[in-house]
Amino acid sequence: MTHPEATEITPKVDLPGWPDTKTGPKKDTLTGRRTAIGEWLAESSLFTISLISILALGLIMLFLLMEGSPTFSFVSIRDFVLGHFWYPTDEPPDFGILPLITGSVSVTLISSLIAVPSGVMTAIYLSEIAPPRVAEILKPAIELLASLPSVVIGFFGMVAVAPLMQEVFDIPTGLNLFTASIMLAFMSIPTICTISEDALRSVPITYREASLALGATPFETISKVTVPAALSGITTAIILGMSRAIGETMVVLMVAGGAAMIPESIFDPIRPMPASIAAEMGEAPFRGDHYHALFATGITLFLFTILFNVLAMSASRRFRLKG
Amino acid sequence: MTFSLPKNIVSGKRGTAQKIWFTLFRVAAGINVLALFAVIAFIISRGISAISWEFLSEMPRNSMTEGGILPCIIGTVSLALGALGVAFPVGVGTAIYLNEYASQGKVVGVIRFAISNLAGVPSVVFGLFGLAFFCTVLNLGVSLVSGALTLGIMSLPVIIGASEEALKAVPNTYREASLGLGASKWQTICRVVVPSALPGILTGSILALGRAAGETAPIMFTGAVFFTPDLPSSVFDEVMALPYHIYVLATAGTHIGETRHLQYGTALVLIALVLGMNLFAIIIRSRLRNRNRV
Repeated sequence: MTHPEATEITPKVDLPGWPDTKTGPKKDTLTGRRTAIGEWLAESSLFTISLISILALGLIMLFLLMEGSPTFSFVSIRDFVLGHFWYPTDEPPDFGILPLITGSVSVTLISSLIAVPSGVMTAIYLSEIAPPRVAEILKPAIELLASLPSVVIGFFGMVAVAPLMQEVFDIPTGLNLFTASIMLAFMSIPTICTISEDALRSVPITYREASLALGATPFETISKVTVPAALSGITTAIILGMSRAIGETMVVLMVAGGAAMIPESIFDPIRPMPASIAAEMGEAPFRGDHYHALFATGITLFLFTILFNVLAMSASRRFRLKG
Repeated sequence: MTFSLPKNIVSGKRGTAQKIWFTLFRVAAGINVLALFAVIAFIISRGISAISWEFLSEMPRNSMTEGGILPCIIGTVSLALGALGVAFPVGVGTAIYLNEYASQGKVVGVIRFAISNLAGVPSVVFGLFGLAFFCTVLNLGVSLVSGALTLGIMSLPVIIGASEEALKAVPNTYREASLGLGASKWQTICRVVVPSALPGILTGSILALGRAAGETAPIMFTGAVFFTPDLPSSVFDEVMALPYHIYVLATAGTHIGETRHLQYGTALVLIALVLGMNLFAIIIRSRLRNRNRV
């Protein structure tokens, strides 16, 4: 299956060859008016159904804004985004999400330092090097990795990886930025790998043949021809992988340590935005300040993923023009 | 792909570089597969001892420290099926429209933009939306139906993507033949195109079902609670769910150490459920591909 977010990347194949009604044969007059109405009804109800996606996205934005915007009546946008202290239950409370933003950004960056090389290299192996038989076994394995529930990965990080980290690095707690980044990397690797592989496979075989015929080695062909030709597809893959990492909730909730501080070392515990929302929403009084502030945090998170998505789309558009 | 890079041995410096890099590529692929097996093997080895008929078929007892996880299994299955019930008709309908009717217009562009953005929305944001819209505005409260609707919207892009791919794979000759026999466009879609795409659509739906079953964040504030004394009796009841159960047992409460074996057991049941569905879908799909190739 193509990755759901990759619909924009795969170059659009021509629409199915329905005959053109304007130039094609005239409409069947034998079947008469009932069919014509039926046809119209079918098409317009399908069209209506397909508007539900727009409606859903619209409603998500609307309700985030509605429940989040009251935040800015008790804290200014500037203090909210740049405030250093997140103590929503103190008296008086502090609603500064800078520590949560830096938490999210740092865990996303560090996890992509692991996930990008690993995901792209796996994609290169699968598409360029692996014998078809091996690839046939490895690809489902990568897909299964993607399907592991995030709570299970978080749980595994908590009970298996964190104690190991604590021992190996001799640190007070294994629940920190570094461990969270590793676990998160394994959640974004399948995204990066699948989309990169699609991009690599869509590079015409003639490119490779030409390169090999000029005397380049297989590795030189990969590094100087195939990968550069697929580069914008790979870029899209990386951005979508990072988007997945920044929005991922359970892993950072369970493994990142939960301290709302701006991290100073990779072994500091952090509290990324999704973790904060998930952990606190249950206790926040309904439509209280804390509740609204969590929705405003949701808006911030949503804006990050929209930004990633738009970047990914523009990268893939360039890819399509080139292809 | 019918092309593979030549396997001739390259000598000298370029050959060494190639050897090193190719080894790195192999290692990277190996690590990822290893990670999958490490997680699965770990959960199985620790969790298998907790699995018994009693564990699967009884209510929890003694404030969750003993007994079974039956309500969680029922809750997760009904949440996932409910989500599919929402996402399947909408997703397949959208895919049919996009693939069979739509031309590259502005509205279609907006629909596609919405779908790909919907796919990127963080799961916790779906949870916030479900809380604000389904639970509050529609007054459904924390319930099975709110959770299922939230999960359904989340699975929508997956089902649309899979269905569209399945529809694209239907050869145009099928459409032409049906039209040539005098069928109308809608008849062709109903009786020719969709039936031949159906296995692919169903495979994608199983994948979406598995994904919905494993999600935690969207149901945390919309459908799942840590404990219900009884099994849900209507769709407006709160439910227990496997992923949320693991999360709460592992992080909150005073019995984290004592319930460790229950946590492993619950995690094992969840991955068996989710990976089972995925494996099933992957096997069907590879059979389909082989059939199509012939």
